[in-house]
Amino acid sequence: MPGADKETELSERIEAFLSELKRCGSGAGSLRGSAETARETTSLLRRITAQARWSNAGDLMEIIRKEGRRMTAGQPSETTVGNMVRRVLKIIREEYARSRGSTEEADQQESLHKLLTSGGSSEDNFRQHFTHLKANVIEAINELLTELEGTTDNISMQALEHIHSNEVIMTIGRSRTVEAFLKDAARKRKFHVIVAECAPFCQGHEMATSLSKEDIETTVIPDAAIFAVMSRVNKVIIGTQTVLANGGLRAVNGTHTLALAAKHHSTPLIVCAPMFKLSPQVSDTPFTRFSEILSKVNAHCPVFDYVPPELITLFISNIGGNAPSYIYRLMSELYHPEDHEL
Amino acid sequence: GEGKELTKEEKQRLRKEKKQHKKNKKDDRGPPEKEKEKEKASVPAPSKPATQSPAHKAPVPVNASASESPVAAEKPAKSKAELRAERRARQDSERASKQGKKEGGQQSTSSKPKATPNELQPVVKRLPDHVQVDDPVALKKLAKKLERQQVPLRSDYGYKVSLFSHLHQYSRKNPPTQQISIPVTVIHPSIVRLGLQYSQGIIAGSNARSVALLHAFKQVIQDYSTPPNEELSRDLVNKLSPYISFLSQCRPLSASMGNAIKYIKKEISNIPSQCKEEEAKRILQECIDSYINEKIILASEAISKYAIEKISDGDVILVYGCSSLVNHILCEAFEKQRKFRVIVVDSRPRLEGREALRRLVKKGIRCTYVLISALSYILPEVSKVFLGAHALLANGYVMSRVGTSQIALVAKAYNVPVLVCCETYKFCERVQTDSFVSNELDDPDDLIVTRNGKTHLENWQTVKSLGLLNLVYDVTPPDFVDLVITDLGMIPCTSVPVVLRVKNVDQ
Repeated sequence: MPGADKETELSERIEAFLSELKRCGSGAGSLRGSAETARETTSLLRRITAQARWSNAGDLMEIIRKEGRRMTAGQPSETTVGNMVRRVLKIIREEYARSRGSTEEADQQESLHKLLTSGGSSEDNFRQHFTHLKANVIEAINELLTELEGTTDNISMQALEHIHSNEVIMTIGRSRTVEAFLKDAARKRKFHVIVAECAPFCQGHEMATSLSKEDIETTVIPDAAIFAVMSRVNKVIIGTQTVLANGGLRAVNGTHTLALAAKHHSTPLIVCAPMFKLSPQVSDTPFTRFSEILSKVNAHCPVFDYVPPELITLFISNIGGNAPSYIYRLMSELYHPEDHEL
Repeated sequence: GEGKELTKEEKQRLRKEKKQHKKNKKDDRGPPEKEKEKEKASVPAPSKPATQSPAHKAPVPVNASASESPVAAEKPAKSKAELRAERRARQDSERASKQGKKEGGQQSTSSKPKATPNELQPVVKRLPDHVQVDDPVALKKLAKKLERQQVPLRSDYGYKVSLFSHLHQYSRKNPPTQQISIPVTVIHPSIVRLGLQYSQGIIAGSNARSVALLHAFKQVIQDYSTPPNEELSRDLVNKLSPYISFLSQCRPLSASMGNAIKYIKKEISNIPSQCKEEEAKRILQECIDSYINEKIILASEAISKYAIEKISDGDVILVYGCSSLVNHILCEAFEKQRKFRVIVVDSRPRLEGREALRRLVKKGIRCTYVLISALSYILPEVSKVFLGAHALLANGYVMSRVGTSQIALVAKAYNVPVLVCCETYKFCERVQTDSFVSNELDDPDDLIVTRNGKTHLENWQTVKSLGLLNLVYDVTPPDFVDLVITDLGMIPCTSVPVVLRVKNVDQ
């Protein structure tokens, strides 16, 4: 039967995606960028929407939530997966609401009230059936996909507004967003870049070679020299793994030190992060990996750092520049509060 | 006998004539010279035959009697040659007064700074060669000097980051010893060996380098023999100059080494000229031994005693890299049955923390090991930070291995006390506010590393706009440091110039 085939094919794809996630996570550093993960997650969710059997919005949301939980459990450090699931859930809610005919403004006016009285008046259990819901949801997910594809370009387009000529910019590790950002600015302006190599994985080396190929004056420094060199730096531009709900960051280890050094010299710290990295979590315990343990020695190798929002000057995302204090508001536009816990 | 003395005198006379010649070449010294002529009336004749002294009182631009006040006013206008001549004459007059006062009337007492600790001595410092790499004139002068001393000139390696074009950057693969011919005539073999050990990083750490230097000098003094018609006190100092140039070509001298060399030179020039060679050598060997003993070994005992008071049971102590002094303190504290555990922070590319880890674990201390990028992860557990220092500058800044200032910064952010342990012989009169103006650039190839089978920076030389920066030192501002533990006690960072002044008065 065609239905059953589709289902098995679907579950195969989900399994393949999960194992891919697990494999990436246990290697050293991420072998694929977050943008790719986001895109793949969204296309998988679109496929689930198209091929799974559901009759009303509630069922669909249940299915997606279940798959989402499986996916996030497979690789907890890769938060983009969970973020995309929450985006899709919000899309479903919106489409459902639109189909039902209730206006969106009413929803927004009550949002603050709803935050306080969670689960109060919404008797909406999404059980009504609408014929065009599937098509609408898939269309909306397609829009989301196009948005995802354009994020890096949107961010790079803002580069010239933030980098002037003869600047010295510092960055750490390897971020594809920052790489594109700097390369875009380098087409029109001349500036210097200092890259902190970010031991032990030393991804800064890759970043430096890639930047220097575009004729950008690059210098590689070891992590220990970050504070020593900071006094000559005009701006610090970094990428991040996740943007947390309070405006803080979960970024590659060494970023907190970099942020403190920038604060000490009053150097602006700019974070280039697309919106799909925004996550409803608040500060988390760092994700660590224990390497060989000699008999009397513990060795720690934390992968991420938490950077508090007071050390950050600006977030540059695909929808423009924002201060860290505004992040919570953006979050409420992207995700529904009931989806914060999948 | 007489003949010998006369020739020594002749030599002195020739030296003074040469200096006068040089001085006369400079045109812009009108008024100060006249003033000096006046003061020359009170110049002491350097002991011996009166026949020579009056004849040479006039041309000698010496100002041993220089009461410091008028001179102080003109000091900025004086040239280096004149200052050197002044210093020489001061030493001559000291020797004269030591040898039993055969003055001719106008004797001026020794004008050692001992009499004027309250006066602000304007110090005219010569900018060291190793921070003038971007100045072609200075480079030429250095090259000429090295050629004269028959010391090989080491050439820079690799693309230098523009912010540091005033510093040297050498490659470990080209040690200067390769350019020395065999057999070595000018440079003593133990110095050659020492230079090689420095340039390859076999001997690293300021205490180790100073002790090795002093031992090498002991060997040099042992093998030294005074040539005829020369004074040991003068000739030995001249012999040491090419050695020091050679060593600084191998690796720029550290502040502690600089102080040690100053001490030795002073001791050598204080040897009275009637002293027999064997006796003089014995005195010098003893001086060196006592210097090592007092300034390094006993100092570290004293510092340990103070520091152990600061370690309480249950402490979690963070250390950075491998400081011999801090390791000693921790081992002593462990022997005294203090219960604590240690977190060793390490950084690329030197990875010195592994050596510290090895020593501490061998003692039986519980250790944790992290890289410096994990600092903010590990700091909430830490109760104290102990840091070693390479030098303490006169404005209170701590010069130490690169990364130390970062540790102090993050510790401050977490309100963890930072204690710096430093012997007084590392105190230095320089001032510096950032890590750029005077630093050391290590071999840039050290940063290259292979991860996941790929070496990204392998061909960094071929890429035009790519530079690698391997700094060795950085300076920590005094507001990050809570306490400095020295052999004189526990002082705040800002008291360093006080200690320096006290030391100068003692000497």
